[in-house]
Amino acid sequence: MAGELLQLTITQAGAALAAGDFSAHELAQAHLDAMESARGLNAFTAETPERALTMADAADQRRAQGETLGPLDGIPIAVKDLFCTEGVLSTAGSHILDGFTPTYESTVTRNLWAAGAVMLGKTNMDEFAMGSANVTSHYGPCINPWQASSGDSVGKDLVPGGSSGGSAAAVAARIALGAIGTDTGGSIRQPGAFCGVVGLKPTYGRCSRWGVIAFASSLDQAGPLTRTVRDGALMLGAMAGHDPMDSTSVDAPVPDYATALTGDIKGMRIGVPAEYRMDGMPGEIETLWRQGRDWLEHAGAAIVDISLPHTKYALPTYYIVAPAEASSNLARYDGVRYGLRVDGEDMTDTYEKTRAAGFGPEVKRRVMIGTYVLSAGYYDAYYLQAQKVRTRIANDFRAAWEVCDVILTPTAPSAAFAIGEKMDDPIAMYLNDIFTVPASMAGLPAISVPAGLSADGLPLGLQLIGPAFAEETMLRTADVLESAAGFTAKPSW
Amino acid sequence: MTATTTDTAPDHLSGHVTTRIGHNQKDLVEGATGPWEVIIGLEVHAQVTSEAKLFSGASTAFGAAPNSQVSLVDAGMPGMLPVINGECVRQAVRTGLGLGAQINLRSVFDRKNFFYPDMPQGYQISQFTQPIVGEGRITVDLPDGESFEVGIERLHLEQDAGKSIHDQHPQKTYIDLNRSGVALMEIVSRPDLRSAEEAAAYLSKLRSILRYLGTCDGDMSQGSMRADVNVSVRRPGEELGTRCEIKNVNSLRFVRQAIDYEARRQIDILEDGGEIDQETRLFDANRGETRSMRSKEEAHDYRYFPDPDLLPVVLEQSLVDALKVGLPELPDAKKARFIDAYELSAYDAGVLVAERETAEYFEAVVDPEGAKRDPKLAANWVTAELFGRLNAADLDIAGSPVAAAQLGGLIDLIADNTISGRIAKDVFAAMFDSGKDAGDIVAEKGLKQITDSGAIEALIDQLIADNPQQAEQYRGGNTKVAGWFTGQAMKATQGQANPQMVNQILKDKLGG
Amino acid sequence: MALDTDTVRRIARLARIYIPEEDLEPLAGELSNIIGWVEQLAEVDTDGVEPMTSVVEITPEQREDVVNDGGYRDRVLANAPDTADGFFTVPKVIE
Repeated sequence: MAGELLQLTITQAGAALAAGDFSAHELAQAHLDAMESARGLNAFTAETPERALTMADAADQRRAQGETLGPLDGIPIAVKDLFCTEGVLSTAGSHILDGFTPTYESTVTRNLWAAGAVMLGKTNMDEFAMGSANVTSHYGPCINPWQASSGDSVGKDLVPGGSSGGSAAAVAARIALGAIGTDTGGSIRQPGAFCGVVGLKPTYGRCSRWGVIAFASSLDQAGPLTRTVRDGALMLGAMAGHDPMDSTSVDAPVPDYATALTGDIKGMRIGVPAEYRMDGMPGEIETLWRQGRDWLEHAGAAIVDISLPHTKYALPTYYIVAPAEASSNLARYDGVRYGLRVDGEDMTDTYEKTRAAGFGPEVKRRVMIGTYVLSAGYYDAYYLQAQKVRTRIANDFRAAWEVCDVILTPTAPSAAFAIGEKMDDPIAMYLNDIFTVPASMAGLPAISVPAGLSADGLPLGLQLIGPAFAEETMLRTADVLESAAGFTAKPSW
Repeated sequence: MTATTTDTAPDHLSGHVTTRIGHNQKDLVEGATGPWEVIIGLEVHAQVTSEAKLFSGASTAFGAAPNSQVSLVDAGMPGMLPVINGECVRQAVRTGLGLGAQINLRSVFDRKNFFYPDMPQGYQISQFTQPIVGEGRITVDLPDGESFEVGIERLHLEQDAGKSIHDQHPQKTYIDLNRSGVALMEIVSRPDLRSAEEAAAYLSKLRSILRYLGTCDGDMSQGSMRADVNVSVRRPGEELGTRCEIKNVNSLRFVRQAIDYEARRQIDILEDGGEIDQETRLFDANRGETRSMRSKEEAHDYRYFPDPDLLPVVLEQSLVDALKVGLPELPDAKKARFIDAYELSAYDAGVLVAERETAEYFEAVVDPEGAKRDPKLAANWVTAELFGRLNAADLDIAGSPVAAAQLGGLIDLIADNTISGRIAKDVFAAMFDSGKDAGDIVAEKGLKQITDSGAIEALIDQLIADNPQQAEQYRGGNTKVAGWFTGQAMKATQGQANPQMVNQILKDKLGG
Repeated sequence: MALDTDTVRRIARLARIYIPEEDLEPLAGELSNIIGWVEQLAEVDTDGVEPMTSVVEITPEQREDVVNDGGYRDRVLANAPDTADGFFTVPKVIE
């Protein structure tokens, strides 16, 4: 029976809990056992079994009294280590936050616990969310539960994508019914695609950033990773909402996203941007994209060719804006108030030694880039120009919404690759996010839906991008896409 | 407070442009090789009067136990976000209006990036290219009655840093974050000041305006106001010289000392053929000197950029208008009214309006519900007797044992000849010590003035009879002896005889 | 623009990250590659384009001026590497 509990969706598990088929305690225990036996994936940086069972027992007690907190009551989930969780180690995958145990709980996780969700543990991630392969974590790489069936990667451990690699792997490996991640330039969607799960990044401002360790403040946004679009809708409903503690959080009512999944997209206009058809894109990605078009057209949507002229500039824009913000956001890791301190001869020496020891190479690289592009004499040429290009990118999308309701693109330019690949060339690694970054730069909601397998038997995702706060339209389309794709493959783990 | 955590107006913004036209010959400093002009600009950091901090709900109260008024935001904990305190924004707007300055309806918070252990975020949230208040101008009065105008370049909001304490431990610095995040207004003047006296007068005037507005308590001893002083020297009429910035000077006296020392230092260097290094200096109050900061960074590069955690501050014009309507009468307007309505001298009016509480006290003495008392008499009593006793007792006017109504009562007793001015001083002393009303003290001590002419005549007759020699001298033409007789009469009555009546009766009797 | 080792040293100093002397050269190469790549943005015509300040078009609420936070020194100091008498402590700073 325990094995069956792991194969459910959140929607199914919720119905079974309601029917009394099993208890939240049993559900949590099954997932805790799975977490333990899957330690080889290195998907978790902290396990919280006692907390999980306490929370599950509370859910069972509520249910025994005829109360329930909603569709997530008693549902075990995993939390990316970027979220501060009270009394639980929170490190952002970095050595510099050694031992950091917050005395506070992030708004998003607090919302989830208030909805009855059960915390299994904290998931592995790229250090400070800087990476696309989960290889920059201080705690070592997380391993993708999928294995290649043919090709160069056969027999090799694959990356789960990043930065929310642990969350994606945990959901794919049936360790958690759902997980939360954060997306700055694709950090939910790209690992979602690599691990064959749904990755949803809501509109910037939809979920509070309070208590989420900041990478790039103007881009960071929390979202769920789940096995179905409907599960993602349920989780987002619990996570989202206005937070007076976050000035960039939007004060707008949270819709019941699941009710938007009507299956009806007749007349919906699906934009297909010419600029996403890039040189050197693998044929199977191109094929899948065309397949996605056909599925949606078949469901009654109209396909519209659109142009997003500044697409090719989104990634370099991102690699100015995000490092600039990060260089400032990470200045607080100075060894004074929390985390690692390496004593030096004086204060400056202490700073330099602490940060040299505490940050890994990719974080150092980005902090240096960010420091450089903001420094005197370079600000206008780099940062200011990037923010102007960003306006152009946002304007491209604004123009597109005149002619379409949702945009369809591939999520990533390849399937998961082997751990160790692309390590020597930062830019090659950055190109993983080429399709996800433009929506991030414009703050738009986007979702990756698993849509097929590569020739090597690895999952591939398609991305839908919606207008700001049009999550319902986007999710309705994603639900139809998911049904049409009928992705049922499971990782071999 | 740390030396490096306060803001320097960016050079390319400040332009270092003086709007002062001409100069006072008397302000020139004589060097060995001729006269020099001293050019001074002030960046004043004024703590905004507010209950809570600029971006958090922690208290701003002074003097609490270390780290007891620190929120997670103020401590720069991971994932913490700033949310602006609306009252701090309104206080900045009120101040801008009080300085006659441009209010910018859209302003932006930037991050100023640098490391210092009492600055938890690794950056200070400040306003760089788009401050909330733009150009303004204030009139400053000098003790000699002259006045001059000083240009205000800008006012911006920023957060204070914590406090580093270096003397608690031989190898360690202690960090208290209670001040971290407290709202400051940085008020940047044009380099329109030409002497230490002018700088001090400007700072006093600014303090007075802020206190009237209720936007800063101006308490320099608690660090509520402190100044970064920019000093350069030049030959009269020549280009501006290289300036040095003296950080965090926290009293009027130190501002004067720092400027005088720094100007002399620069003149000596230049006259010896040297050059001034543009640098940040500290004022050492014990030695009365400025010195180069040992910790100054090789090169400051603050990497300002708009804080992505905060959206631009957008103000409605209607809010600005409403705040303008709500402003109190400010010192300049009050002074003009005192001169006009009460016919006070400019000097007296200036003294009375320097502090809002004093001006209110004075008006409560003169004009309680239209009962006009003699304003000049009231001004004299407030500025001479009351101030003298308050100073001696180290009290401010709010702590005065004599309420305005009580001083008014005393003045009424003088006006209706119940007591003489001389007796009134004794009565006032008793009032100050006891807190009692003037009338009660006069009654208790029997100090009522003798105005019974029969009694005074009898007394004079007796004095003339007892002192025939002096009476003879008077009749022989030595009229000065009259003063001696008056003194005797007052002495005999313990000062209670009406002096005018004594004089008149003496004249009548002796002259007869 | 290619970054030389002096620039990398200066940037590392600003960022307070110690970089061993022998690492400066390879790091300069890596950073130069990235900077060279992002410089393609210079081709974009941005005349008259306002820089993005926020992707959300809202006027945020402002905080009321009430004291409702702080007063929990233990929570503030809980993760500190070194404290004394309620203070954070660091190696002596010389001004």
